[in-house]
Amino acid sequence: MSDIILKTEGLTKHYGGVHALQDADFELRRGEHVAIMGDNGAGKSTFVRQITGVEQRTAGRIWFDGREVNFAGPIEAREAGIETVFQNLALADDLDVPSNLFLGREKFLLRLGPFSILDRRAMRQATQAALTKTGVKIPNLSNTIRNMSGGQRQCVAIARTATFASKLIIMDEPTAALGVRETAQVEGIIRQIKAHGEPLILISHNMRQVFDLVDRIVVFRRGRIVANLRKDQTTGEEVVAYITGAKTQPELEVVA
Amino acid sequence: MAQTTHGVGGVSFDASKRTWPNEINVLLALVLITLVFEVLNRMDGGSFLFNTRANVDAIFNEQRINIILLQVAITGIIALGVTQVIILGGIDLSSGSVVGATAMIAMSFAQTAVVNGNPNPKAIFGDWAMDLPVIVPIAVGLGCGLVAGFINGFLVAFTRIPPFIATLGMMVSARGVAKWWSNGNPISFPTESYASLSNGDLLGSLTFGLLSWPGQNPAVVFVLLAVLLHLVMVYTVYGKRCYAIGSNEDAARMSGINVARHKVLVYSIAGMLAAVAAILLTSKNLTAQAGMGVMYELDAIAMAVIGGVSLAGGRGSIVGTVIGALIFSVIISGFTSIRLDAYYQEMVKGAIIVGAVVLDQWRQRRRAARS
Repeated sequence: MSDIILKTEGLTKHYGGVHALQDADFELRRGEHVAIMGDNGAGKSTFVRQITGVEQRTAGRIWFDGREVNFAGPIEAREAGIETVFQNLALADDLDVPSNLFLGREKFLLRLGPFSILDRRAMRQATQAALTKTGVKIPNLSNTIRNMSGGQRQCVAIARTATFASKLIIMDEPTAALGVRETAQVEGIIRQIKAHGEPLILISHNMRQVFDLVDRIVVFRRGRIVANLRKDQTTGEEVVAYITGAKTQPELEVVA
Repeated sequence: MAQTTHGVGGVSFDASKRTWPNEINVLLALVLITLVFEVLNRMDGGSFLFNTRANVDAIFNEQRINIILLQVAITGIIALGVTQVIILGGIDLSSGSVVGATAMIAMSFAQTAVVNGNPNPKAIFGDWAMDLPVIVPIAVGLGCGLVAGFINGFLVAFTRIPPFIATLGMMVSARGVAKWWSNGNPISFPTESYASLSNGDLLGSLTFGLLSWPGQNPAVVFVLLAVLLHLVMVYTVYGKRCYAIGSNEDAARMSGINVARHKVLVYSIAGMLAAVAAILLTSKNLTAQAGMGVMYELDAIAMAVIGGVSLAGGRGSIVGTVIGALIFSVIISGFTSIRLDAYYQEMVKGAIIVGAVVLDQWRQRRRAARS
């Protein structure tokens, strides 16, 4: 078992003539929290979509958990242990919390193909355990997602990643649409994930949040990784300079 | 992190957002509507539900109740399938025509060879198709429903055309099949065993004679199917997937649900339920006609929507649809009981369907405003 959970080499994605992602070399250690920053269209989300198998890359190689991987779709990536919280919350509004947590991977009392009988009690207990683990309290688990606030929904979406033994969690702007108090809740969950030693890739525009939460900051600009900075060796001004292109890192040494 | 009464990082529970089961409201509406018709009938010296004739020894107006139950049962069985399709986020406009086609095809395998000493005057096939065991028309009928439903599901799932269009096509084509099958001639004189499917005493057989309800087999079948499908929708992954796909198809797909396969399954089951209705209807009427089941699809959709099934998908229940079916039939019977002209009834029926959809829209908007 190596110390590296995720590694990409020369990861490239072209949409027709548009070079959305060019030669991205990236490494993530076990237990490490990394932020991906960059302007709109810098290639952050494209990078995540290649890793999670939502799109197929043009070129490059990906290693995950010690072996080279080629995910055909997001479900394969999830089965391998990569849990993603997407910007547009992949939740079913009319289902309650346990149903959403276990959507597509239900626990059964009796297997009868499509008519398999659900083990509702076990799913409820597992849901409670997951919410405890992430520090989320939702008093009425039977409530449907539709009746919840944006923050509660986001908490459920994140708790879903924590329910299953995930090896890597990716969050794409998890607090973009949230208020101050709800943002604080989500950040609390991210700290819990750190405390449990699970690695995380966080896409965020929020400089304060990034400096609060992560160990390392990777900056994307025009489809390329232009900076790889240890949090304690950089400043907000420097990160902004990389994002805007005012400053460039001549040689990307792997900082640990 | 904020410390709330519920714990660290807690999200306090807002009691005002607790959802009151919608079925309760629908049930109250049923009681209210029944009461209104009872009062209207009393003002006329009669009664809607109770027996008022001195020469009949009964508490209830059994004739009327039997008519209501038959209406509820036949269209209600279709509505059980339509409910699942709508929860899935689809719509099925073909069920009435599937009833017609299935009625014709199943009935042609249920004919008896000799009627009053003469050969069956309505015979469709030769001798080989006469006096077949009752399982043959049942299997053929269910097969017809399955094929129609499978085609619906396949079109919706794999060609990605809107369910409205796919099932509209089936609505027209299946009606064509019903007319073509016997060149528009009615098919009559079923075997005794086929006739007893609706007119026998299924409840008596099921309870080994403890209970008896002769001639009400459609209602018995409806109740059995409703209970079974309620359990399936609530306790099995089948139901969970229906609700998941109906409320967020992309999320369902991202979660690893085989959305296309599930759609084919749900539409197929809806088709088979329409076939069950067709078999019971022809058995009840002892004849099949190409025009059978016209507009049943709209009645079934109305029953579901009245029962709280949202046309937007993801919301509703079998229990709601059962109560919705009762409301629908009580209104129709109620208008007959106050001697409202049949033409007015059609107009009112249209208004009920539109009204139910308006109510659904209003519920959605109110929900959106609250959350």
